[in-house]
Amino acid sequence: MKLSKAAFLLSAALVAGAPLAAPAPAAAQSADTIYVPLFTYRTGAFAGSGIPIANGMRDYLTLLNERDGGIGGVKLVIEECETSYDAKKGLECYEAVKPKNPVMVNPWSTGTTLPLIPRAGVDKIPVLSMAYGLSSSAKGDVFPWIFNPPATYWDGFTQILQYIAEQEGGGVEKLKGLKIGYIFLDASFGREPLPLIDKLSKELGFEAKLYPVAASDMQNQSSQWLSVRRDRPNYMILYGWGALNATAINEAVRTGYPMEKFISIWWPGEDDAAGAGPGAAGFKTLNWHAVGADFPLIQDIKTHVVDKGLSQTDPAKLGQVLYNRGVYNSMLIAEAIRKAQEITGKKVVAGEDVRRGLENLNIDEARLEEIGLGGFTSPVKLTCADHNGHFPTFVQRWDGDSYEKITDYAPPMSQYVMPLLEEDAKAFAERNAPWPARTEPCDN
Amino acid sequence: MYDVFIDPFVQMVQMPDLLVQVLWEGLVSGVLYALIALGFVLIFKASGVFNFAQGIMVVFSALSLVGIYQFLARNGFSGHLAAFVALIGAIGVMFLLAVAVEKIVLRPLVNQPDIILFMATFGITWFLIGLGEIIFGGEPKAMISDQLLLPRGSWNVDMLGGMVVFQKLDVAAAVIASLMIASLAVFFQKTRIGRALRAVADSHKAALSVGISLNQIWVIVWFAAGVVALVAGIMWGARSSVSFSLQIIALKALPVLILGGFTSVPGAIVGGLIIGVGEKLAEFYWGPLVGGGIEAWFAYVIALVFLLFRPQGLFGDKIIERI
Repeated sequence: MKLSKAAFLLSAALVAGAPLAAPAPAAAQSADTIYVPLFTYRTGAFAGSGIPIANGMRDYLTLLNERDGGIGGVKLVIEECETSYDAKKGLECYEAVKPKNPVMVNPWSTGTTLPLIPRAGVDKIPVLSMAYGLSSSAKGDVFPWIFNPPATYWDGFTQILQYIAEQEGGGVEKLKGLKIGYIFLDASFGREPLPLIDKLSKELGFEAKLYPVAASDMQNQSSQWLSVRRDRPNYMILYGWGALNATAINEAVRTGYPMEKFISIWWPGEDDAAGAGPGAAGFKTLNWHAVGADFPLIQDIKTHVVDKGLSQTDPAKLGQVLYNRGVYNSMLIAEAIRKAQEITGKKVVAGEDVRRGLENLNIDEARLEEIGLGGFTSPVKLTCADHNGHFPTFVQRWDGDSYEKITDYAPPMSQYVMPLLEEDAKAFAERNAPWPARTEPCDN
Repeated sequence: MYDVFIDPFVQMVQMPDLLVQVLWEGLVSGVLYALIALGFVLIFKASGVFNFAQGIMVVFSALSLVGIYQFLARNGFSGHLAAFVALIGAIGVMFLLAVAVEKIVLRPLVNQPDIILFMATFGITWFLIGLGEIIFGGEPKAMISDQLLLPRGSWNVDMLGGMVVFQKLDVAAAVIASLMIASLAVFFQKTRIGRALRAVADSHKAALSVGISLNQIWVIVWFAAGVVALVAGIMWGARSSVSFSLQIIALKALPVLILGGFTSVPGAIVGGLIIGVGEKLAEFYWGPLVGGGIEAWFAYVIALVFLLFRPQGLFGDKIIERI
């Protein structure tokens, strides 16, 4: 008797936690709906970054259902699958949603994206890894099912280098002799730019100092910042995620590193910088879209979704960096579906159709205005050959309360990125031989 | 060979201020590791259970503190007084948790094999993760450092031809953690309850036979571990933020426990300091040779080296089994 009671209690305790720990999508697609799964992480060590993005993605798609009755008159079935930013759970989510004919998947993790690259073509499910994942998957002729607009991690790195060169008073020749520190999450994401850093440091003559941070030490970075103090890099570049960003900014402030020379890829949000107090002012990140809620679309989200209680978003966080990032991601999803409907003439589209939609994506200024996002970002146009676009980004500066845009949009240094992308795509295909040659027809 | 065996020591001599800085950072981390390890030791001594939930207790207690403060602030009561009310509230939450664990988990499992109790702490872990996320959400929270009068800024001391920076928060963390450890040591050595705890640690049956209430002792010990977790959560949270990733840091207590022994309070302290200093020295002086990032696993290397010579840990009881 005692044992069974004990077993019951133990089971109850485990079961109580289980729904939060395991992916468990439940909804199914009917014949007259479009199924859009969202891989999200509202729990776990990276939830700080995952929650606002999940909210932005979900709210935009919910708005389309609530305001417009879906896309082209077809309701969207939106279903989240919790991954906790764990690649294994991400793959479980993929297997769970696959039988329901998703029109695309958004892994929201480079670690999950990489193993999906060979599967996408087999399963006929396009993968949208928006500004993350494998940089060379931008090559549509090699990776017809993978899309990573609007910029790759390699583009981002060169955009930061360009900004540094400008601060030094000139072109990239000014990078020569500089010591540039790179602090990064020691995982697929943070390691992604390493080949580019190796190449550019040799070509441009700067010294790269690497400071990897293991996921288990995200909130324990004193060693890395001690090394920064010893090495005295002229600039620091951050590729972090989750609590790593907040801790890095905190440690930079504690160490007395000049914040004006601390520049990040596009992932830190307001909470990451605010936690470090007033000393964080001057910290910079890249971005490619506006911050703020003063856009008709975001106001519509407020009216039709948030105010109606259909969102998990704290209204005060509408328009923040990572919320708007989620909105941008869903704009790409929705526009790809719309384009697929337009090309195929079908209302209920499938993964293969949306792949074509993505390859023909053309969101110009006029379309951005129609969507309610005029001035929100630069236009996006993809092609069969270029699944990324390598679009310009700008630098935004944390002023202690919010991020303000301090530069114009600037393109990446394509002369360095593109040859390396070619090489890397070729090497990937060779490593995964026999890599299938592209057979998918091209519409442009 | 030069890079491994000579150059790091040359660097130590050439830049002694940085060596002092590394040692200081290691000591601060070590004290905090010791604090987390202490929570494990207290519970292991009293019940023989390796409490896997100690890490999430650090997060849950800190979230309770910040959550209660935010609740008070939303209702127009903020500032230092509200922070200390929230602190008392968080201590209360840890007491309720201790009572709940004793009544719902430990009591029904009396006399079950240790592995059952160990697995039950996994259950407590997942339960607290779920409960914490439901109540407080998954977003990181800023620790209410200013409201709790924790100092900001640093003392920059010119020494050894350079400068050593002592963060005031780190000094406060070291002092508070040391006081906490000292008072716990006095409590368990000098008070009646402390002696009862040691009796329970030696033998449950013998303790019961002289009238010591196991249930009471368990509540006290889990409560003490909860308070230790709260202090650790405040200090780590103030250094970065209060988020669920803090529970991963608690795993750093494992090599500390291997080193210090699962049953020794001094072992937790000395082990914490050795691990803290050792990993910082290794990362700073030898890490660059292999591309950095060795801190995450180097603590286990230190523990394994010690284990080769003292399998019971530095201060652990020597296990003699007759066959």
